[in-house]
Amino acid sequence: MTPVAVPEVTVPKEPSSRAAPRADNRLKMLEATMKRHQYQADALIEVLHTAQELFGCLEDDMLTHVARSLKVPPSRVYGVATFYHFFTLKPHGEHTCVVCMGTACYVKGAAALVSAIEDLAGIKAGETTPDGKLSLITARCLGACGIAPAVVLDGEVLGYETPESLCNRVKGWLT
Amino acid sequence: MAVKTLTIDGKHVSARDDQTILQTAREAGIRIPTLCDLPGVGPLGACRLCLVEVTGVPKLLPACVTVVQEGMEVQTNTERLRRYRLMIVELLFAERNHVCSVCVANNHCELQDRAMEIGMTHSRFAYQFPKLDVDTTHGRFGIDHNRCILCSRCVRVCDEIEGAHTWDVSGRGANARVITDMNVPWGEAASCTSCGKCVQACPTGAIFRIGATVAELEKDRTQLSFIVNARENKQWLG
Amino acid sequence: MDTTDLLEIAERERAARTPRRLRCCTAAGCLSQNGQALKAALIEAVKTAGLTDSVEVVGVGCMGLCSQGPLVQVDPDGPLYEKVTPDQAPAIVAALNEPSAPADDVRVGDPTHPFFAKQVPVVLQNSGKINPERIESYIEVGGYQALCTAVREMQPLEVCELITASGLRGRGGAGYPTGLKWSTVAKTESDRKFVVCNADEGDPGAFMDRSVLESDPHRIIEGMAIAAYAVGASQGFVYVRGEYPLAISRLKTAISQARRLGVLGAGVFETRFDFRVDIRIGAGAFVCGEETALMRSIEGHRGTPRPRPPFPAAKGLWGCPTLINNVETLANIPAIVANGPEWFAGLGTGKSAGTKVFALAGKIKNTGLIEVPMGTTLRTIVEEMGGGVPGGGSVKAVQTGGPSGGCIPAEHLDTPVDYESLAQLGSIMGSGGMIVMDESDNMVDVARFFMEFCMDESCGKCVPCRAGTVQIHHLLTKLRSGKGTARDLDVLRELCEMVKQTSLCGLGQSAPNPVLSTLRYFHNEYDTLLNDPMTPATKPLQTSTETR
Repeated sequence: MTPVAVPEVTVPKEPSSRAAPRADNRLKMLEATMKRHQYQADALIEVLHTAQELFGCLEDDMLTHVARSLKVPPSRVYGVATFYHFFTLKPHGEHTCVVCMGTACYVKGAAALVSAIEDLAGIKAGETTPDGKLSLITARCLGACGIAPAVVLDGEVLGYETPESLCNRVKGWLT
Repeated sequence: MAVKTLTIDGKHVSARDDQTILQTAREAGIRIPTLCDLPGVGPLGACRLCLVEVTGVPKLLPACVTVVQEGMEVQTNTERLRRYRLMIVELLFAERNHVCSVCVANNHCELQDRAMEIGMTHSRFAYQFPKLDVDTTHGRFGIDHNRCILCSRCVRVCDEIEGAHTWDVSGRGANARVITDMNVPWGEAASCTSCGKCVQACPTGAIFRIGATVAELEKDRTQLSFIVNARENKQWLG
Repeated sequence: MDTTDLLEIAERERAARTPRRLRCCTAAGCLSQNGQALKAALIEAVKTAGLTDSVEVVGVGCMGLCSQGPLVQVDPDGPLYEKVTPDQAPAIVAALNEPSAPADDVRVGDPTHPFFAKQVPVVLQNSGKINPERIESYIEVGGYQALCTAVREMQPLEVCELITASGLRGRGGAGYPTGLKWSTVAKTESDRKFVVCNADEGDPGAFMDRSVLESDPHRIIEGMAIAAYAVGASQGFVYVRGEYPLAISRLKTAISQARRLGVLGAGVFETRFDFRVDIRIGAGAFVCGEETALMRSIEGHRGTPRPRPPFPAAKGLWGCPTLINNVETLANIPAIVANGPEWFAGLGTGKSAGTKVFALAGKIKNTGLIEVPMGTTLRTIVEEMGGGVPGGGSVKAVQTGGPSGGCIPAEHLDTPVDYESLAQLGSIMGSGGMIVMDESDNMVDVARFFMEFCMDESCGKCVPCRAGTVQIHHLLTKLRSGKGTARDLDVLRELCEMVKQTSLCGLGQSAPNPVLSTLRYFHNEYDTLLNDPMTPATKPLQTSTETR
């Protein structure tokens, strides 16, 4: 495999301040992932996963960097990054609230949870508050149907939520 | 090379064993409507207009990718198929903003041709009226997403014949759009060689030559088969 | 590494065991109910009581009854505690000293309840019993014996024949005979072949595969390795949903443990059979559960399906013959090799052998996972095992098969669950999600919910699915808002038929099913919504249609 030097890229904007000091390290970690896959084009999705994990989102500079490293057309990278809903091209807020909209959660009132948070934060599902505090996301079944309706707050899965209990949890993030 | 014999709409025909139903039908002068098919680039099987009925097969089969088999009995124009084709064209017209009277491709448009051929007078479905862009940054060519039917002919011709892979599709479902490079304006797409093959490939007025006015844009598909024939068979048939 | 070595590991594992153990569920359902803190509290309580030599707290996989989580079970043969909180930990540990006297302030589950008693665990055999993060724990209960037998004592074709004889059918939805699929790949000549485990469990309301991966990941690896040996593949991929981080991490652990022990890698069990497994993480696209889309995704492309033929068995990943099986299908394999095809065929019904795992959810008392023999009636599952609708309401319909399936009305609850019977009712077995609806659920809403799902998940490649689902959704919204007419209903029906008949892949072809099945069984709910004086009221109103 041809060794590929770390190309010059502008480091994408920080999704949040806490990750700032590790910026260089993160590019190295991304490089390691690509190397592990021998810069093969078929590793594109794996590499995008890693990039998003490290940088919080996939900005254009990052996508261009990945396209060059894996030697795939930029339009293909963009096509793949926008096909899969797991990938986000814009940074999420400081906190995320994911409401599961799977069938079990739906019949147990997940729609009410979404509208409660929409009203509370003044944003629609899929949006981030203007101050960047909170992103409200809906998910296609988290597989936690036994505890429906389920939500994920900053990565923590919670079950049996009601609009009141969820608003109480999220309220603190908005101030 | 083995030869297969089959019937299409009751007519006995023969075909090479690697030919598709669509190719065989065309040779026999039997017309099957298509939109995403473009001779010279790989088949997609996505517009579903070329679906045909084959005796003994419960599912409808896309003629563009189904290879002939010995003894096959193909029906290309049953009442059911006509009903489905009509709905498919109606769906396409309702999906984006197709206004033939002001379109550069008026009278030279494959979507329009199919609608007339199939007998569509109006769409029963709710017009979606999406707000879409027109990108003329390229200077010579433009893309009007209002008229795009997502057949991906531009993507395939750019990738398979020109080799630049400037075009691809972004998003998915109803939000799918054709894009150039990293979804930049076409004029900024560094990989574009301005060869114009996508203009020739586009079945509608979505990709057009700047300067063409209403009903002026005639497309030359033979240019593409000329290139493919030259490249693959070393035959220059101008 | 051979059978004797496996037995030795199992023996060592047994010897190292403490006399009593507290099994603590660490699958996603219980973890979200403070399960991690509970486990820590139990460990602390054991320490405080000075019982570290005789009691071990073990994190295990799913015990099934998610609605009563977090669950703790005393092993061996102790009580099952439900809805345990961390502050109850000392009481549970204290009760260990008084055999058969459970801690009095903790809720004790009833193991004779039909939810447990009617189950026949094959796929879930080890779930909730073993530690999913230790390969030794799997070997202790006989794990990897089947793989060892297969690669050391059987010919690949014999393995295919054995699976054929068992009558196993694909558990991912369509029910294609597994043995036939294996034989086809085995017989296709190629230097390179692949085995893929489809763990892209996308049906909303289904969580069987997640649970198996979290609770018993080695079982999947063993199933894949046997499959790979049978068809002549040396590379495998597990395509798992990105939404399942715990399953991914346990699978990764399991793969590296198996590699270290020589169960995977070059020369499996010191034979000439090499097998390597890699994980590919899905990125949120339901359509990737469709096999051709899944392969596109593994190859690093947009997950758009392509017309079949060619089938993956002939031309799959990178143009090579590829075997694709779902998680539950592969989880059955070790048990079939170990116990023989007759044993498996003896479970279930004639055309549908074996058991099926269902995820019970919705308006039902006991939500969770169950495994029952094929042919068990819906009534047994929903009313006896599931305990019916909480608060004494009545079941209106059972939705099976997710967005590709249909709603089965209460009057058909006595239908046995097998591939053919469900298909006859206009639904499908699907991957095993079973969602119970009660009288408060409006079926037009349910149909609209699924159509919104299909519209969002359509890849956009073919016209009927991309544009058709949008229009069906539009018509349902119009009807639901009381603005629809009888004409709209006709167009809806015609459009559904067209999308079903003409779409490119399974997603589009089955997208209209929830609409068609509710039109079939709950027609009156559509009729009452019509804003059209010409509409004949064909049937009297059966149920209320109030909005929630």
